Amino acid sequence: MNWETVIGLEIHTQLATQSKIFSGERTTYGAEPNTQACLVDLGYPGVLPVLNSEAVAMAVKFGLAIGATIERRSVFARKNYFYPDLPKGYQISQYELPIVSRGSVVIQLDDGGQKRVGITRAHLEEDAGKSLHETFKDQTGIDLNRAGTPLLEIVSEPELSSAAEAATYMRKIHQLVRYLGISDGNMQEGSFRCDANISVRPSGDTELGTRAELKNLNSFRYVEKAIEFEIERQIDVLEDGGKVVQETRLYDSGKDETRPMRSKEEANDYRYFPDPDLLPLEIDEALLDSIKESMPELPSEIEERFARDYGLNPVDIQILTASSEDAKFFEASAEGLDGNYELAANWNKGELRAALNREGVTISDSPVSPADLNNLLQRIIDETISGKTAKEVFEAMWAGEGDADQIIETRGLQQISDVAALEKVVQQVIADNPEQAGQYRGGKQKLLGFFVGQVMQATGGKANPAEVNKLLRARLDADEN
Amino acid sequence: MDRLTVSQLSAGLRSGEFSSEELTRQSLARIEAANPSLNAFITVMAEEALTAARAADRRLASGKAGPLTGIPLAHKDIFCTAGTLTSCGSRMLANFVSPYDATVVSKLADAGIVVVGKTNMDEFAMGSSNETSYFGPVRNPWDMERSPGGSSGGSAAAVAAGLVPAATGTDTGGSIRQPAAFTGITGFKPTYGRVSRYGMVAFASSLDQAGTLTATAEDAALLMEAMAGFDARDSTSADQAVPAYSSMLDETLAGKTIGVPQEYFDEGLDSDCERAIRDALDVFVDLGAKITELTLPHLALSVPTYYIVAPAECSSNLSRYDGIRFGYRHPDASDIGELYTRSRQEGFGAEVKRRIMTGTYVLSAGYYDAYYLQAQKVRRLISDELMRCFEDVDIVAGPTTPTPAFGLGEKIDDPVQMYLNDIYTIAVNLAGAPGISIPCGFSGTLPVGLQLIGPHFGEATLLNFAHHYQQQTDWHTKTPALALNDGADK
Repeated sequence: MNWETVIGLEIHTQLATQSKIFSGERTTYGAEPNTQACLVDLGYPGVLPVLNSEAVAMAVKFGLAIGATIERRSVFARKNYFYPDLPKGYQISQYELPIVSRGSVVIQLDDGGQKRVGITRAHLEEDAGKSLHETFKDQTGIDLNRAGTPLLEIVSEPELSSAAEAATYMRKIHQLVRYLGISDGNMQEGSFRCDANISVRPSGDTELGTRAELKNLNSFRYVEKAIEFEIERQIDVLEDGGKVVQETRLYDSGKDETRPMRSKEEANDYRYFPDPDLLPLEIDEALLDSIKESMPELPSEIEERFARDYGLNPVDIQILTASSEDAKFFEASAEGLDGNYELAANWNKGELRAALNREGVTISDSPVSPADLNNLLQRIIDETISGKTAKEVFEAMWAGEGDADQIIETRGLQQISDVAALEKVVQQVIADNPEQAGQYRGGKQKLLGFFVGQVMQATGGKANPAEVNKLLRARLDADEN
Repeated sequence: MDRLTVSQLSAGLRSGEFSSEELTRQSLARIEAANPSLNAFITVMAEEALTAARAADRRLASGKAGPLTGIPLAHKDIFCTAGTLTSCGSRMLANFVSPYDATVVSKLADAGIVVVGKTNMDEFAMGSSNETSYFGPVRNPWDMERSPGGSSGGSAAAVAAGLVPAATGTDTGGSIRQPAAFTGITGFKPTYGRVSRYGMVAFASSLDQAGTLTATAEDAALLMEAMAGFDARDSTSADQAVPAYSSMLDETLAGKTIGVPQEYFDEGLDSDCERAIRDALDVFVDLGAKITELTLPHLALSVPTYYIVAPAECSSNLSRYDGIRFGYRHPDASDIGELYTRSRQEGFGAEVKRRIMTGTYVLSAGYYDAYYLQAQKVRRLISDELMRCFEDVDIVAGPTTPTPAFGLGEKIDDPVQMYLNDIYTIAVNLAGAPGISIPCGFSGTLPVGLQLIGPHFGEATLLNFAHHYQQQTDWHTKTPALALNDGADK
């Protein structure tokens, strides 16, 4: 039987606000345990939550970016459950009435096609603290620094049909929140993580199969691997005549498998009800307008512009617009290089990325600035240096030896384009290799490469290859007559 | 002998007739003498009070004093006071020293108030008799075998017995007005949102409101001017200017209309109470007001509605008492489940547990729609019905309670009877309206309270009516025999 997979993702993205969602406490990552937890975060008797307007603006930005409805009135609700790292015994979230509903994003499929993925809703909520089970022997430590950190939970429609698509969608959302500047998207620090709802059904069926939920997937790779495992597991169960149990499962990356959570951990009736400490959140036109004005250029808009203005292909565009830093770097490095944008694109995704990856440096920290690269590209275009020499210059720039012009100057890398100078070398090379010259003239045209190599060797690689080609051809052909 | 009101004490302090330190010492002496029998205080703050009184005296001497500078006051033990036990009448918080001040506390401190102690109360403000307190019941100074009402029973008894001229309270379903009625004093519950809830231990967040227990409406006005106002730390506090209540007390009542709901005079109302209320209404007629009958058909639903909404919110609000970060912790739990269960089992009393269980039930999957959601709809009906009255009348009047103070032990084993005692006060909380109870006579030897209800933010109107009544009558000057009986009078 053929099986069809249905996946929906719930992505939790930490909003990059200055302070927590309901208190004035800082949200800096990595502080000493419990040094960033004020009385409100600790759920002390008598304290009250006050909504952070920055978090609201960020949620609205996201909603606008996915073409969603920004609900003029949304409601915070309490999700009640006991857990030592949940200070109040409830989490403030949005339940029936979220701030953002009905949006979508377009993802690029591996086959070159595109797919629109619906986003059911995105709502604001507070994060819980952390339980440290390994730090103390036979005891559990509680760190409430994270308690009250603002999260935007982004819930997709069950419209993803493979692990790869789910990962692509997650990358897309990751790209978007970073473009919008609403999250640092740092997955190691837990700023961006997701739960996946997965079910399978016989191909062509319209009814959904029973789903399992995978909790807390915190890397693109794990999302893909965990979902792949889970799909296989469910198909195996069904093909053996069994039934998929609706349950919450955890992915064990070490063993590359999913396992059910203990049933006790999920047997919760959360008793949601509107939080009486917070008034319904109203968003008026004025606020909406001011947020609209502060919207940065969206990835989809930049992609269109890159295709239109630079004539780049979709694959290159995906790479060059992965983050707004990537896009900005490309644009600055390609400035004024009309007609040579492909060269700029190749250098951005080639040499630059290779060096960044090799050194483990982010593009914002690249020792070669966009202006440096632009300068280098200009020297290629005006034939001061060859593409090959440019790689050497690039490495020298990376090593901090100065800008392209300085390096070309000090290392004497200027390309020899002087026809008279090159002509001499060409003549010499032909004279030194009469046998090959004869063969060439006898029709073995591919020996041209041999002569080019000889000329390059003789000039220490500085000869302008195009010029050399031209001169060699002219001389070899001429001598034949 | 008559007790002195806040406004009289304020005048005396300014004229130098006595100092704040003298007043404070007198208050502390009265507390020391009366508290062993009354049990109105959980904590007495003698040293802090005297320090504050001396500071107040310096301010008085410098001429920079406000109307409340140097006035002794007691806070209900539901208000967080930095560095002092804030028990909320519960074993759960019997070791809780608050690290911060409630907004009400800091505002009154800024106004120069001298806090002499924290008053006893029903556990987490859940109760109508003060018998649910972990610290034992408060006694009614008018009859030591009777309840002073609750949950602000300690504050009411302390003011009625003349231990302090004023006290703060909170009112979720009548917890200021009912004890005021039972002890013959003035109890004022402002509009929901008028006074910040920050630092007030939450019982039912959509209903809780801080207010005052004083001898007179004028005193309530003076205190309200200091307590009320927007607080950025309470999202439900009203961003509205605070009127100068005390300067609006004398506005004439001529041509004003009082609506009297017939449902407030049903068969449950004690006949002496009814007579006192009818007499009180006649006083308003003499003052030029018109009386008009009206009807509130949904009033009877207010008790069942309240006992869904309030427990629902309380079940969630009290989840934070888990023994982890503060409060009572069972000493030798072997795992987290046992830690929660035993801490809460031992830390909470029976009434609190009853409400947590009720609230948990009405919010549960499968019951939410039938109970919580339905109660919200009925709440809206009750509120709309009450608020519609104010299209035709300036205030609504009726009894505060069906009976005068009942006996200690009389209702504590019958929660429904206890809950029904709040039939006249609860609708006001469901509607978020302001209400005041003022003494208007006696049923036998026990005081009777007249309740006046106003539209949202109609505090000035209510205080204006109550003040006129107190200018015409002397019920508010009556004190129990026990009052001031400490030989320390000035």
